[in-house]
Amino acid sequence: MTQRVANVPVNAVSPDPTATVRLHVNGEEVERTVSVRMLLSDFLRHELGLTGTHVGCEHGVCGACTVMIDGRAGRSCLTLAVQANGHEIRTVESLAGPEGDLHPVQEAFKDCHALQCGYCTPGMIMNVVSHLEADGDLDLTDEGIRDMLSGNLCRCTGYLNIVSAVRRAAELTEQSHTEQAGG
Amino acid sequence: MKPPLFDYASPETIADAVSALSSNPGAMVLAGGQSLVPAMNFRLASPSVLVDLQRIPGLDTISIDDGVIRVGAMVRHRDLELDDAVNAVHPLIREVMAHVAHVPIRNRGTVVGSLCHADAAAEMPLLLVLTDGAVKAVGPKGERIIAARDLFQFHMTTTRDADEIVTEAHFPVPGTGAGLAFDEFARRHGDYAIAAIGALIEKNGDGTVSRAALAACGIGDRPTRLAASEAALTGTRLDDADLEAAVRAARDEITAPDDMHATNAYRKHLTGALIKRVVAAAAARAK
Ligand SMILES: Cc1cc2nc3c(=O)[nH]c(=O)nc-3n(C[C@H](O)[C@H](O)[C@H](O)COP(=O)(O)OP(=O)(O)OC[C@H]3O[C@@H](n4cnc5c(N)ncnc54)[C@H](O)[C@@H]3O)c2cc1C
Ligand code: FES
Ligand code: FES
Repeated sequence: MTQRVANVPVNAVSPDPTATVRLHVNGEEVERTVSVRMLLSDFLRHELGLTGTHVGCEHGVCGACTVMIDGRAGRSCLTLAVQANGHEIRTVESLAGPEGDLHPVQEAFKDCHALQCGYCTPGMIMNVVSHLEADGDLDLTDEGIRDMLSGNLCRCTGYLNIVSAVRRAAELTEQSHTEQAGG
Repeated sequence: MKPPLFDYASPETIADAVSALSSNPGAMVLAGGQSLVPAMNFRLASPSVLVDLQRIPGLDTISIDDGVIRVGAMVRHRDLELDDAVNAVHPLIREVMAHVAHVPIRNRGTVVGSLCHADAAAEMPLLLVLTDGAVKAVGPKGERIIAARDLFQFHMTTTRDADEIVTEAHFPVPGTGAGLAFDEFARRHGDYAIAAIGALIEKNGDGTVSRAALAACGIGDRPTRLAASEAALTGTRLDDADLEAAVRAARDEITAPDDMHATNAYRKHLTGALIKRVVAAAAARAK
């Protein structure tokens, strides 16, 4: 039996192509010249030292690397830094205030004991923040919250406390909106 | 788990994008990256050049006219899902999209990217096939319309030429009175379907079925119409025996081999249960 050689196109790639990218990260403009194959997750962690963004699977399944891209949650491991050029990125480091005062979602995770090792937490929190900031009503039934969290895996908690924390975060957010409107 | 070397191009016109594709063997289109970047991280894909579509103006629009919903190449899943005008004329789109991955993936992934990726278990290709949709492809020889039934060849392979860019997807608005439904079985929420069925039912004044369209994914090497089951339902009142006949007529279409998710026999069982459930749901919505 003879085997046909597959007609594989020859890759004509430069040795290590680079590009200069300019991103808005947590309100600041940053500019770096990086390899075009650098993932946004690695850009945040290694170029900017923002190690709050965690890396679990690097194929979109675990959600640990979730950040906000132009105001909506997205996987930083499935986004190239060059794709994020000119876009606005928010990471978990942007949430707490300068004095260390926690964001309502962080507060709720703390109150409800919604983390153990904390590996999944930054991705969980950025996903929840993105949902809370989006227009439209949230489905805060257990099923609705589980649907919201379905793209974030946690190996420790068993999720029950995370579900409670999301509900608590929605309450805290609601409260702070009413207080702002009232005062 | 890092992408292999490639060159990156970020053209600002379709013409430049097409020429970047046709002048570089092994070049690939990059849309939302939610299928291509993981494939590159796994080193399953190693394009010579990535042609990023995001900076080409005008590709992120959704329009509805002449009974067709036109979805541009950079429209993210989430934008189509949340579009109220689309939901008003074609509510099945929102229902189906709830099954496509998770919100953070849908925030980035595009509808057209999903059609071009053509996973045999993907939901949006099923919807295009169910409703006789089409895509518009632009290449060095100009543009052409590819009907859904001619687009999907087998798992992850379409009849799009390597130097063609799909600029829009066309989802026809279902006729008034048509009832549509969809359901799938997946191990975890947001996974690709182990088996999924979509149905469109239209009825005559006397309650008999005037038109039945059935499409499936996850059960073979591509999304497919279940023509024999459609024939078995047409003209009937969808009695139990008619549904059983439609289930039997679908058996030969379930060709997926045993894999780690399900055996072929289990997929046949699932497909049968889904056909009955989804046809009944579609019929209940038909007016
Ligand atoms: C964890 C996870 C779960 C998922 N679950 C599901 C699921 O349940 N169901 C489902 O359907 N999908 C699922 N997906 C895939 C997701 O829907 C992708 O967004 C989609 O398949 C591809 O869209 P994209 O814009 O990201 O395309 P890309 O990844 O950018 O491209 C995908 C392919 O299409 C080609 N392509 C893209 N756009 C064009 C164009 N305009 N013209 C020509 N070629 C083009 C690319 O070259 C590439 O080969 C999942 C993904 C992940 C990471
Ligand atoms: S590291 Fe990005 S989803 Fe797992
Ligand atoms: S707290 Fe450990 S993975 Fe979630």
